[in-house]
Amino acid sequence: MLNRILKSFLVLAFAATASVASIASAETLINGAGATFPYPLYSKWFTEYAKVDPTVKFNYQSIGSGGGIKQITAQTVDFGASDKFLTDAELAAAPGKLIHIPTVMGAVVVTYNVPGVSKGLKLKTEDVADIFLGKITKWNDPRIADDNPGVKLPNQPIVVVHRSDGSGTTAIFTDFLSGVSGEWKSKVGMGASVKWPVGLGGKGNEGVAGQVKTTQYTIGYVELAYAFENKLPYATLKNKAGVFVEPSIKSTSAAAAAAAKSMPADYRLSLVNQPGKDAYPVVGFTWLLIYEQQKDKVKGKKLVEFLNWELKKGQKMASAMLYAPLPANVAKMVEKTIKTIKY
Amino acid sequence: MSLETETHRWKMEKGVSGDLIFKGVTVLFAFSILVILLLMIVEMTGESLPAIRQFGWRFVSGQDWDAVQSSFGALPYIWGSVVSSILALLLATPLSVGTAILITEIVPKKVGGIVAALVELLAAIPSVIYGLWGVLVMAPWLQKTVQPFLIERFGFLPFFKGAPYGVSMLAAVFILMIMVVPIITSITKEVLLAVPQSQKEAAIALGATRWEMIRTAVLPYGKSGILGAVILGLGRAIGETMAVTMVIGNSPQISLSLLSPAYTMPSVIANEFAETTSKLHASALMEIGLILLVVTLVINALARLLLWSVTRGAKKGARL
Repeated sequence: MLNRILKSFLVLAFAATASVASIASAETLINGAGATFPYPLYSKWFTEYAKVDPTVKFNYQSIGSGGGIKQITAQTVDFGASDKFLTDAELAAAPGKLIHIPTVMGAVVVTYNVPGVSKGLKLKTEDVADIFLGKITKWNDPRIADDNPGVKLPNQPIVVVHRSDGSGTTAIFTDFLSGVSGEWKSKVGMGASVKWPVGLGGKGNEGVAGQVKTTQYTIGYVELAYAFENKLPYATLKNKAGVFVEPSIKSTSAAAAAAAKSMPADYRLSLVNQPGKDAYPVVGFTWLLIYEQQKDKVKGKKLVEFLNWELKKGQKMASAMLYAPLPANVAKMVEKTIKTIKY
Repeated sequence: MSLETETHRWKMEKGVSGDLIFKGVTVLFAFSILVILLLMIVEMTGESLPAIRQFGWRFVSGQDWDAVQSSFGALPYIWGSVVSSILALLLATPLSVGTAILITEIVPKKVGGIVAALVELLAAIPSVIYGLWGVLVMAPWLQKTVQPFLIERFGFLPFFKGAPYGVSMLAAVFILMIMVVPIITSITKEVLLAVPQSQKEAAIALGATRWEMIRTAVLPYGKSGILGAVILGLGRAIGETMAVTMVIGNSPQISLSLLSPAYTMPSVIANEFAETTSKLHASALMEIGLILLVVTLVINALARLLLWSVTRGAKKGARL
């Protein structure tokens, strides 16, 4: 009985897809799924690209990086998108060779609410780690005060706010904290959701930002684009070269430029704590995940055409939407990588 | 004449086959709901097997939730769900029963109808709107006025210790209270309307005031029905996800203080499922879903039992 019901459902579903496919046969539909962070930029790219090549239609579902990896591994989509690179085990689990195509970079900023310190609070990276570990508990702690001469810091407990939902933003931020603090690395580690030693959890960038805005003496982290759009105060962080750097599109791109020399051929590289003196320390790539050997000749060709367009024209739209474009030396590498896609 | 009989018979036959089709369709529909429920249980159990094997009962009693170390214990979430729902009901029940009594017994029918419609309107507001209102309006208000007052006056009690963050168990309790009031009110209203007029008249004839009439005739009669309404409200409260996630502070800890943040079962599923870090992580979230399903099924069974006792009571009342 159950089997019969299932069968009839399958037949129905098949009939429905077949009829849709026959209507849309004139245009190629390319399906993608994954990261939410680059979604606004990707949808802009897809609408703009529709004017360049009206025969191809992109359908992108921003279901999260984890979902993107799952779907591309299961081959239910033509490309995946992720804010974290795949582990060796994840790559091995895929039925074909998956390549990472970095598209843009994002940065995570430390935002805060301290009355009287409207912007530009300076923080050493190890102090950020100790605040989020719950080891620095007061705003007037000498370690914060030393970096901010002339700023009147209140004798108030620090309230930490973090993301409660699993997110690439958290992955980049905890990657950064693991890089600057051995204690963070061993006690908490990095990941899309971690066990926070202290603090309140807000859902999404808006949850964290809302909490920081309405509560005094809070500190939290949000995406750079979100912080800029909502004019949140952000901290200036001391990078590996010992320079206090403001988060910006420029300092984000600088992190990738600094990393270009040590860039592995598969781009699986974390961009946090890069050495350059202009490099902002909390930066990450976002990638498209594409099979090197494309199954569908037409789709493969259209996909490569789009990637080349994205690398030349698409990159120019990034800054206006507060995403950091690839620096020239990395873009050149990516151009070569796109050529390796076979269809 | 014969033609007429023929048509008549034809109609009859058509009616019979229509009945058969109707019966078949209803059986199929009812059966498919059962199948969906069963498939869900099977699927969720299957998906949570890795976590069940790995942690056993420690999953229910453990307090550690660490996706990086792959160590999962669900007690803080169970605690958060149960405590927030029960406290919300403790606040919502008197509010709802009072409103229902007002609608059925105190004010004229027309006014009561308006009040009932307004209360039921609350049920139509999407929970994300409650959540946004909670995090943008209620939480700051709690933080600036209610919580400092509680800390100052009642800070010696373990329930009101800590700093005023706004988002907290208290905020979740308030949001849930507002969300379950319309459910309990509308069911209680129906229960009170079922109280036989003769019973009320008898109380008044014996010299009871309106309050005495409600206390001695109306409330005892509706007692089990009101209890059923409360339990349905509990089902709503324990499953609520969005609004609670936005105001509870999402920190998996077990604290007696209402001012400290907490976490609930539906919230952690909604928060972490899209970006699980490992198979075991996804499996642990599934097991939380399973625990939630079991709790909900138990609540539903209780509600059914109570409803059954109410209908039995009503028949008895009618006979008297």
